[in-house]
Amino acid sequence: MDNQDTSRRGFYSLLINALSGLMGLALAVPAVAYLLSKPKAGKSPDWVDAADVNTLAAGEPREVVFLRSRVDGWRVLNEKATAWVVKMDPQNVVAYSPSCTHLGCAYHWDDQAKQFVCPCHASIFSIDGKVLAGPAPRPLDRYLTRVDNGKLLISPTIQKS
Amino acid sequence: MFRNALEWLENRTGAVSAIHHFLYEDIPDSSGWHQVLGSVALFAFLTQFFTGILLAFNYAPTPGDAYDSLRYIVTQLTAGSLIRGLHHWGASLMIIVVVLHMTQVFLWGAYKKPREATWLVGCVLLLFTLAYGLTGYLLPWDNRAYWGTVVTTQIASQAPLAGPYILRLLGSDGGAIGVVTFARFYAVHVLLLPVLTVLLLAIHLILVRRHGVAPSAGDFKPKKKFYPEQVLKDTVATFLWFAVLVTMAVAVKVPLGRTADPTDTSFIPRPEWYFLFLFQILKLFEGPLEIVGSIVLPTLAVLALFLVPFIDRGKMIRVRQRTGAISLVALGALGWAGLTARAIATTPPSTESENAGLEHIAAWRQIPPENLAAIGYFRKENCGGCHLLGKSGSAPDLTAAPSQKPVDWLIHHFRQPAPGAPPAQLNATQLKTLATFVTRRGDNDIEAWKNAPQPAVDGAMVYDANHCAMCHVLNGSGNNVGPALNGLADRRARDWVKDHFADPAKYSPGSTMPPFKFNPRDLDAITGYLMQIPK
Repeated sequence: MDNQDTSRRGFYSLLINALSGLMGLALAVPAVAYLLSKPKAGKSPDWVDAADVNTLAAGEPREVVFLRSRVDGWRVLNEKATAWVVKMDPQNVVAYSPSCTHLGCAYHWDDQAKQFVCPCHASIFSIDGKVLAGPAPRPLDRYLTRVDNGKLLISPTIQKS
Repeated sequence: MFRNALEWLENRTGAVSAIHHFLYEDIPDSSGWHQVLGSVALFAFLTQFFTGILLAFNYAPTPGDAYDSLRYIVTQLTAGSLIRGLHHWGASLMIIVVVLHMTQVFLWGAYKKPREATWLVGCVLLLFTLAYGLTGYLLPWDNRAYWGTVVTTQIASQAPLAGPYILRLLGSDGGAIGVVTFARFYAVHVLLLPVLTVLLLAIHLILVRRHGVAPSAGDFKPKKKFYPEQVLKDTVATFLWFAVLVTMAVAVKVPLGRTADPTDTSFIPRPEWYFLFLFQILKLFEGPLEIVGSIVLPTLAVLALFLVPFIDRGKMIRVRQRTGAISLVALGALGWAGLTARAIATTPPSTESENAGLEHIAAWRQIPPENLAAIGYFRKENCGGCHLLGKSGSAPDLTAAPSQKPVDWLIHHFRQPAPGAPPAQLNATQLKTLATFVTRRGDNDIEAWKNAPQPAVDGAMVYDANHCAMCHVLNGSGNNVGPALNGLADRRARDWVKDHFADPAKYSPGSTMPPFKFNPRDLDAITGYLMQIPK
């Protein structure tokens, strides 16, 4: 094989690799964008009416059930959701998302010990959501809340602490 | 380092020498550009495989969800529209390249002994390619998909003896297309066909290797290697094909009509372009002869294709001397083009825009007329002076939460909004409509509340004031006595609608609708409004 032939073969291989690489990229880049990027934002969730503030006792957490609509892929679901609601004072009510910040188990209020207890891995949270013990990495997540005309309104977007 | 890794791989798997063996295959000296199409077809299949899997990650294969999930892919996901474009146009371009590949093999006579089996497997792969097109056509579940498949299954049902069984196999007993048919088409499209295609492709390639690439007649020169010259030619051809595909996927919108509506009798079904010639052949045979066009001729054509290597058993001759084969191809191409052109020319245009499913429909065009009328009353009484929409003013923002007040309280409030404020001029029915609206409004109502154009709102108020809903359904509200009014613009001209009000019986003989003598402003408003409500 002479020199000219070798360089011709080298040029051919280079072209083959370049063209194949381009085609591979043209398929891979959209595929990655398609799988990893967030869907375009739908409507932001509405405020929903969750409870009458007057029926809540200050400093006593209550689990309230409310109806919300949630976007699930191509569907909009109208579903029940719950929140642990604590009235700090008449104008300040917080609503915690009902999932433990460790691995998502449902926690409950221990009325004797006056703290939130997660049954899965024994994370313990204070009434203001702070981690007191256990593996939970951050305080309890909250929903946005608003008090309007004596009604507690919840926006079902979770605010991570 | 790299060399060591390769050595390790070679020692353990033999992969390196296998690739070497594959690339340095001996091919005839006469090989060249005319033999690139097989590689392009293979790449086309792999592209479809890849984009198909990507679509399946976000596609729900049931009639209830298919359309919405596809719409979600196309409108909500990054590159979703591009990936659907690659899959859709890739199907068309794959059919073109497969047919060209077969035509080349046919013209050169490459199917001759000992390559008959390669040809037969290739024929099955062609049928598979068409079967992908047929089954994939249903999956978007829009009107095109639905009505096209109704016709397909009806044709299959005409097969002598087997007809009813084929229909049952397609899950379409009695001719209806529903969940079962859908599941079967999907399973065939994504499970059965891909598995069989991969298997047959493997056999096809093994046979090509076993018998070697067919040399042109009279090529007795020493063999050359597949790599790099022929590989480069294959790659360049594939790249050109791919460039066309990407251009189409980016530049040409893939149609998506409205969701399949089995009660829509106005939709004119038509198949994908590559089946149009069959569609046209059907029109040439009528009555008892219909089966000739729908079953007999296609079956004979497929049979003839399979038998090609057994009918033509002569020696290999140069392609230029194969006048019989060339005339057959020319005749076939002419016949196909003629039938396709005729089909396009004689099929009336669809009543539905082919991108109807991708258009954004403004909220006010989707809400019940009484809600739009209520928005009109709200504006007419200048309620927005205190109740600012979307922000807090001197009175509550009614878009933030539905009013919790009892209807009686609201009506009283409308009559006397505030000390000294002018009372509402609305009648009792209108007051009630407004009160119901502020307590029950949904997301679309709120959007319409903010931006519905006043002429449409005026039209809705005329509609409400004249109690049209007593007899007509519009956007899901009203009684089913007269015809439903959604999609009126698809059925009637504007002038017809406008003139119809004054004398319904004249325009629709037998109509029991009373005449309505509107003043010119109201007439324009209600006509304009009705003509804009989609199906």
